[in-house]
Amino acid sequence: MTHYFDYAATTPLDPRVFEAMTPYMTEHFGNPNSLHAIGRDAFRALETARESIAAAIGAQPEEIVFTSGGTEADNAALLSTLWRIAPEGGAHIITSAYEHPAVLEVVEWLGKQGHEGTFVAPCKDGFVHAEDVAAAMRPDTRLVSIIMANNEIGTVNDIAAIAALAREGGALMHTDAVQALGKIAVNVDELGVDMLSLSAHKIYGPRGIGALYLRRGTRFDPLIKGGGQESRKRSGTQNVAGAVGFAQALELVEAERSKESPRLAALRDRIVEQVTTRLENTRATVCEGVRLPNIAPLLIYGVEGEAMLLQLDNAGFSVSTGSACSSGSLAASHVLLAIGVPQEIAHGSLRISLGRWTTEKDCDALVDALVPVVERLRAMSPVYEKMFCATDE
Amino acid sequence: MLYSDTVMDHFNNPRNVGVITDADGVGEVGNPTCGDMMKITITVEDDRIADIKFQTLGCGAAIATSSIVTEMAKGMTLQEAAAITKQEVADALGGLPSPKMHCSVLATDGLKAAVEDYLAKQGREPISSKIESADPNFDPHAH
Repeated sequence: MTHYFDYAATTPLDPRVFEAMTPYMTEHFGNPNSLHAIGRDAFRALETARESIAAAIGAQPEEIVFTSGGTEADNAALLSTLWRIAPEGGAHIITSAYEHPAVLEVVEWLGKQGHEGTFVAPCKDGFVHAEDVAAAMRPDTRLVSIIMANNEIGTVNDIAAIAALAREGGALMHTDAVQALGKIAVNVDELGVDMLSLSAHKIYGPRGIGALYLRRGTRFDPLIKGGGQESRKRSGTQNVAGAVGFAQALELVEAERSKESPRLAALRDRIVEQVTTRLENTRATVCEGVRLPNIAPLLIYGVEGEAMLLQLDNAGFSVSTGSACSSGSLAASHVLLAIGVPQEIAHGSLRISLGRWTTEKDCDALVDALVPVVERLRAMSPVYEKMFCATDE
Repeated sequence: MLYSDTVMDHFNNPRNVGVITDADGVGEVGNPTCGDMMKITITVEDDRIADIKFQTLGCGAAIATSSIVTEMAKGMTLQEAAAITKQEVADALGGLPSPKMHCSVLATDGLKAAVEDYLAKQGREPISSKIESADPNFDPHAH
């Protein structure tokens, strides 16, 4: 039996979502752009899904553009608007140093295409502070993109304050709300954003579907050109079953959120408290302010994250690590480095993320499994005592 | 990125873990900011490695390469042990994912460093090729 603690990576499809989707892969298989009855069935399902998703985030249905997922929504938000507002280049873009790669890589690329990116450093507390964004604003700033909730450490930024700065400065505001959706309130008007990225598979919906909220009137040149679907904003035959599943998944998380989020936050705090009590030289990566209820980010000094991940996996627990060695790149987690965690500590990071099927018993079992794994790896280390126990007499 | 069964076996059941307290040679390589540190201790009889133990801080591949290099080296002459290549270590493990090849450099360097430490203590000439990770400009990620 595997205990899954990686809900921030992806979530299992809720059986209720699966049930809602299947008819649109079988009997109601139509192309929503076809005029016949089978096509019209699909069209109605697609538009109902759009209305439902729009309502959940306080948007109008025509402001929702279905995409293949969060990465495409992020790419479209940045590229499609800049192509229109600064086709010759020369735009200044503000983002943060701990964005998801779907934003970070795009802004870096735009920097090579005649635009200029500023990567605001988050503070050690894990948040991007509005005053730091304000300090980065320039007369030529055209776009600000700051992640709503960070995917590795779960800190929730004050997007409303940052969006107000962007608006004052005449810049468009985008936020990646992929991790935030379903865990905290996401309302486009309260946030004051022009664009917002969403994904279904983090909320018990299917892989391969997401959406970009695009405020009415925002100038936009589509990333994917072709048959003109999605009101000419995203060509390609729509993923109707995916959209239906996304809408159903979002309805369920929103209906359950007021009970589920406090439950998860209590489990998160329980894990952090138990790990830091039972293991010396450990701490929560961040521990103050508004944080996602489902992410417990931990730093375990003197062990390497991938080794912990693999040994926990052997014991039947799936977790994630921001360790360099678990990724292809070998560079230490840009998120942890951005918030000032030293390299040698960043190698020992664990991201434990919780979800709908996580129980208190699971959490206790995880901690029981983690303690001997860490002790064993520390005992194998040539430097643990020297590096972290030197002050002990 | 997938590890071979042999890598997982050596990671889960590492051989020759520990420190020989009155070792004839000690090799320490790696850098904690890179997340990899290795220490090898050896005893030598008749110019052969009689006993060998390791300690490693690092990922699954770092621990597996350390473990298998100790198995390979035990009983070898000092010449043979110092000549083990990173490719031989990787091959013995049934291959390593390419981003992890530098871990086998750490293992062979740790062994070489232990052999050289023994030779130096005996007042003898070094026999190894260059210890790559001892170079301050060594970039493990370039491998």
